[in-house]
Amino acid sequence: MCIFAAIFLIIREKIFKIMSDHIRLRKGLTIPLKGDAKNHITKVVTPDKVAIKPTDFRSLNAKLMVKEGDEVKAGTPVLTDKRRPYIFISSPVSGTVKEIVRGEKRKLLEIIIECDKKNEYRQISVPNYRSASKGEIIKSLIDSGLWSAFKQRPYGIVPDPEIEPKAIFISGFDSSPLASDLDYALRSDLESIQAGVDAISKLTQGGIHLGLHVSHYASSPFHRLDRVIIHTFDGDHPAGNVGVQIHHISPINKGEVAWTLDMHSLAAIGRLFIKGVYDVRRVIAITGPRAKNPSYIETIPGMPLMDIREYADNMNEEPNKDKVMPIRFISGNVLTGESVGREGYLGFFHNQITLVSEGKYFEMFGWIKPFRLSKFSFSRSYFSWLFPKRRYSSDTNLNGGERALVMTGLYEKVLPMDIYPMYLLKAIMAEDIDKMEQLGIYEVIEEDFALCEYVCPSKTEIQEIISNGIDLMIKEMS
Amino acid sequence: MKAIRKLVDNIKPTFSKGGRLSFLHSSFDAFETFLFVPDTVTRKGAHIRDSIDLKRTMTIVIIALMPALLFGMWNVGYQHNLSVGSEMDLWQTFMYGFWRVIPLVIVSYVVGLGIEFASAQIRGHEVNEGYLVTGMLIPLIMPVDMPLWMLALSVVFAVIVGKEVFGGTGMNIWNPALLARAFAFFAYPSHMSGDKVWVTGLSKGEGIVDGFSGATPLANAQAGLEIPDFTDMFLGTIPGSVGETSALAILAGAALLIFTGIASWKIIISVFAGGLITGLFLNLVAPPDSYLALPAYYHMVMGGFAFGAVFMATDPVTGSQTERGKWIYGLLIGFFAVVIRVFNPGYPEGMMLAILLMNTFAPLIDYTVVQAGIKRRMRRAVIK
Repeated sequence: MCIFAAIFLIIREKIFKIMSDHIRLRKGLTIPLKGDAKNHITKVVTPDKVAIKPTDFRSLNAKLMVKEGDEVKAGTPVLTDKRRPYIFISSPVSGTVKEIVRGEKRKLLEIIIECDKKNEYRQISVPNYRSASKGEIIKSLIDSGLWSAFKQRPYGIVPDPEIEPKAIFISGFDSSPLASDLDYALRSDLESIQAGVDAISKLTQGGIHLGLHVSHYASSPFHRLDRVIIHTFDGDHPAGNVGVQIHHISPINKGEVAWTLDMHSLAAIGRLFIKGVYDVRRVIAITGPRAKNPSYIETIPGMPLMDIREYADNMNEEPNKDKVMPIRFISGNVLTGESVGREGYLGFFHNQITLVSEGKYFEMFGWIKPFRLSKFSFSRSYFSWLFPKRRYSSDTNLNGGERALVMTGLYEKVLPMDIYPMYLLKAIMAEDIDKMEQLGIYEVIEEDFALCEYVCPSKTEIQEIISNGIDLMIKEMS
Repeated sequence: MKAIRKLVDNIKPTFSKGGRLSFLHSSFDAFETFLFVPDTVTRKGAHIRDSIDLKRTMTIVIIALMPALLFGMWNVGYQHNLSVGSEMDLWQTFMYGFWRVIPLVIVSYVVGLGIEFASAQIRGHEVNEGYLVTGMLIPLIMPVDMPLWMLALSVVFAVIVGKEVFGGTGMNIWNPALLARAFAFFAYPSHMSGDKVWVTGLSKGEGIVDGFSGATPLANAQAGLEIPDFTDMFLGTIPGSVGETSALAILAGAALLIFTGIASWKIIISVFAGGLITGLFLNLVAPPDSYLALPAYYHMVMGGFAFGAVFMATDPVTGSQTERGKWIYGLLIGFFAVVIRVFNPGYPEGMMLAILLMNTFAPLIDYTVVQAGIKRRMRRAVIK
């Protein structure tokens, strides 16, 4: 038996070597949380209203194209950018613009659209995606609003169509905590995805690079896609982050530009070119320790989280008499998602909703208790290393106070990139542009540093530092 | 627990902004977070965080120091018995040492934490946990007969000049505990070396048994005298600073630090490797019967070598911060420690100076390593 297994493993390894580029990542961490979504769809959400959030798109200088009371169809652009005319953001549903929500300094926060439930699509004229030219493809993408689904590295902003990228990178799996299983969520969208690949392959000479996890490779429908260059990855989170994948496939140097796209948007692009409509329906996962029946739902980005309230095990706003804490509603995963609150809406790029407990409680001598078995730690200063199979109901308590940066060598353990994280962070804090450039600011966005933030014993807000660094670069380089 | 929480909540407003005692806010906060993990929740970024914090980290280091401390207490009693020729059972021996060592620990903590609280107060910061470890390290690397006022002065110097003037925890260049020792060493050399200070009572000239010498093996080795055998030095039944005589107890602490990942195993291994390689090389070229011919592995168990390698060199703030740099940093500490011991007639012990020297150069090592990384990135850019 053993010999057969060994031979099988060797052959498998060899096949991977031949078929694709295999990259093994030894650093990283998959946080063992409770509440993985089971593979079945338990609800199809048809919301009464949806929100379009300009804040989902990095450094958008939003300009409204509609006013309250306007009728829109699915695919009608509602927003554009003041300086970048190639950015449109479209309504995902048909209905009426009900409210425009502004925040401080009249910053545009949300555009609420009341759905008419008729689901009328604006017909978008699209060329035959197999024979169309690059210009025609770009024109349709911009016109539909799906252009805004692309992200440019460096910086993670909507790319300028005039600058050809060296390649387009897509991660075919999500490795973040309790991530949605994309193989399952997109299993019936293979045709659209292939159409999407065919269309966007015109946009670059460098090819479409698709990252797949080695353990899913054979079972994933994506390995059958044509016109993609497949790279397999092995390892814990952040192996599924497209930034990490780019770093190992073809790192971004100064002056280079790459584009990235997520699988759901790719499928939507495919549907655009097949049917000529803006259809961003997607299957997302409801997850987390506080989710009652963690599973998948079919919905639309912008859906109100109230529509999934039956999945929350408790709707208290204060701890109740059994000391059950209120829930934090996160659009996205626990590392990079946004806490939108129960009245909030699903973000444009999110394929997951996570429900975790708020950790607003005191714990006497918590830091010195030897066991504290309900707590997970990446370090071995707790005993969670003894129970590798155990899943935890982590909450949002900071588990300590903010302190000076003292420990070293820890961020490196969860960042599989040839980058000196501490030095990059310090360069950003010192606003030293040259150093930031030399230390790799072009290769990272916030999500790549999320695990560093998770493990930091000094409780430093690392993603915010990276975000400030990118903002500074955008300001200085434009 | 509820009662205490209630009490804390009741007096909190007095110390908060606008309260009568708001100037004591940092101290109140320090005590509150000592009693309770705060109820702070994540605001942005990652919504959940690892359970480890700096308090936990520092606690692990203190636990790792316990074997050395407890053995040190027993050894103080044991050495005293040898010197006066008395006999005590294990418990009495330990308690004798306990009452000699505890004042050092208390003075170190009271003085050091006092300054930490005061400076946190002045700055309006939270009190950092760093001194919890430093405060334990300092008594362990001092001779047991040191006058308490001298210890207090060393602590004042280490905390103010060594740490606070640089901006507090995380900003200091030199290891504060070693700085305390260096201060005492150069300010009061007669109380820090010789053959009287390492055993209680000797400096006061209490009745000494014939043939007993209170000198440390290092001093003997330098003077060309006989040194105890390897096993005694490994176990630690020799005169020396309180916590650094027993390599065994220190290794027990090292095992915990390496297992929990709190100290860098790279630094610990490379310090020992550096000392061993240097010692072996000296053995090769040594004229017979000279200090150079001392077997290389003896250096590992003599003086503060093991203690320095495990607890001092691994200080993440003052040590090298890059993974590659840690190897170089450690190797050089081992190298310099042995070289200073062997070639410098002035100081029998080289570990303290070697670590302080490499603390100074750690940023340079890191700079070189990071520059090499930058060059890699630049080269990549040229090829593409």
